[in-house]
Amino acid sequence: MKRLIDNIARYVLTVSGFTTSVVILLIIGFLFKEAVGLFNNPIVEDGYVLALNKENDVKRLSAQQIKNIFDEEITNWKEVGGKDMPITVFRLEDLDKHYTEAELGAEYEYAGDKIAEQVHQTPGIVAYVPDVLMKGQKDIHYIENQDIPVKDVLLGNEWFPTATPSPIFGILPLISGTLWVSFFAILIALPFGLAISIYLAEVANEKTRKFLKPIIELLNGIPSVVYGFFGLAVIVPFLQQTFNLPVGESGLAGSLVLAIMALPTIITVGEDAMRSCPRSMREASLALGATQWQTIYKVVIPFSISGITSGIVLGIGRAIGETMAVLMVTGNAAVMPHSILEPLRTIPATIAAELGEAPAGGAHYQSLFLLGVILFFITLIINSCVEIVSSRNKFKK
Amino acid sequence: MNKIEAKNVDFYYGDFHALKNINITIPNNEVVAFIGPSGCGKSTFLRLFNRMNDLIPGTRLTGEICIDGRNIYEPSINVDILRKNVGMVFQRPNPFPKSIFENVAYGLRVNGIKDKEFITERVETALKGAALWNEVKDKLKASAYDLSGGQQQRLCIARAMAVEPSVLLMDEPASALDPISTAKIEELICELSSQTTVVIVTHSMQQAARVSNKTAFFYMGEMVEYGETKKIFTSPDKEATQNYITGRFG
Repeated sequence: MKRLIDNIARYVLTVSGFTTSVVILLIIGFLFKEAVGLFNNPIVEDGYVLALNKENDVKRLSAQQIKNIFDEEITNWKEVGGKDMPITVFRLEDLDKHYTEAELGAEYEYAGDKIAEQVHQTPGIVAYVPDVLMKGQKDIHYIENQDIPVKDVLLGNEWFPTATPSPIFGILPLISGTLWVSFFAILIALPFGLAISIYLAEVANEKTRKFLKPIIELLNGIPSVVYGFFGLAVIVPFLQQTFNLPVGESGLAGSLVLAIMALPTIITVGEDAMRSCPRSMREASLALGATQWQTIYKVVIPFSISGITSGIVLGIGRAIGETMAVLMVTGNAAVMPHSILEPLRTIPATIAAELGEAPAGGAHYQSLFLLGVILFFITLIINSCVEIVSSRNKFKK
Repeated sequence: MNKIEAKNVDFYYGDFHALKNINITIPNNEVVAFIGPSGCGKSTFLRLFNRMNDLIPGTRLTGEICIDGRNIYEPSINVDILRKNVGMVFQRPNPFPKSIFENVAYGLRVNGIKDKEFITERVETALKGAALWNEVKDKLKASAYDLSGGQQQRLCIARAMAVEPSVLLMDEPASALDPISTAKIEELICELSSQTTVVIVTHSMQQAARVSNKTAFFYMGEMVEYGETKKIFTSPDKEATQNYITGRFG
């Protein structure tokens, strides 16, 4: 009987452990599959083409160039390696300017011919039109539609996923936004967090500790949207006044909110680690004539350094992955940040803000998964770095 | 000359009366052993000599403890300097998470000594004094935790001796060690007594008999008897002492 229960328990544990691991792997696999799918999308939206006059010898355009052409920031073909002639941008709507409804036909059945006519007439034209309309039209030169290049995504410094005809998925502004906000958050949280945890573990008497510790742990349970609201109501106006900013929503506001959110983790984990330093070790130090402060920084902190660092990592993890509070106070401008006082946007905030408007399965949707994967790697790298650093204390037991 | 002198010492943990009216004089450069059953207050008494009990909240002391003629519980006493002068070795080896060298150098460093040559020299002397030098001289940079328990305890003795205290307190220093390590430590105690006063708390009566010149027997917070070790173990005055050393209780 005892044996049977033992076997059942082992069986249940094995099955549940195995299925959980498989599910986790499947989730990660799904994430990667969707993310990599982005690079199989063409630069120009699926189902559309960019048609040129046959005299025009431009063969390829990058997404950035296409966007600039349609924004009329590039106005001459020689800027993109073609002949010296002005660019005429033509969209499907522009048909109405040149032709009457009767000429186009009730069902737009003549639209293809008319577009072709325009393309033939205008040497500098670039027409952004559905490919179905262009079937069977002769003497038209199309821009070669390549897949989105990996380089343009990973090193691109513009994020404009809703641009037509060619969305731009440069993720650098988002990565740097995330890193800036997290870095400053930790920079602010670390000294305060360490100071408070040392105070609680070493200096405060039992009564103060029993009073403060539950309060600090309670801060961990407050939902992030409340912190965001607090940041919006207090920190943002404060920053706007202090630094005389046009808008208070900025990277620094995000950092401050994140610092407040990371503090409880750093404090509780750090304090627990320091209290786990055996009394005999403190006594040994004091018995040698060391002062309390010398004992803290020469014995207690080196002894509990791995616990302290894991507290810091958990804090950083919270800062990097935090979505709601950051979304509320950073201003969400997807541009390369030049200073921490400017609005910026983080990766999680981008995913949360844009997932609703991205059509499922499209390039935009897949780009958000790619952001998720990037976030996954950032966290992975930070965790491994800390692991290496904290395991370097070779004098540990 | 008397090194340590305790007069009418009473000590309380909160309401618990742990030590009752204790008077003792410990002469210079002698080894004094405190024996007695568990919970009799001998360790508590030992920890009064370097004010280690100050760390425990809710304790109270009346009476005087003088070292070199000065009451160490006077407000004007600097506790850090007192503890430098009164070294301590604990029941379990408690090296710091540092290298062997840094463990021994720790006491010097926290007392503000920066001269590298001096520190190196002192560390070597202390390790030789603790009969550990030959075993560790090639791996001074290794972690202290790489040593065996007995070696760690000798390292702790070297660490305490490096600051050259005039009193060394030992709280059951061999109770966690094997017989060979114990023998080495006992040998060491005898050698140390030429330069410092050693006060040792021990559970082992054989150990007290082997290493000490004088022995004090504690029972229920009182010091029952104090005298030459030989006399205590052969013809004690009190019946309680007699019962304890013959193993009738404790």
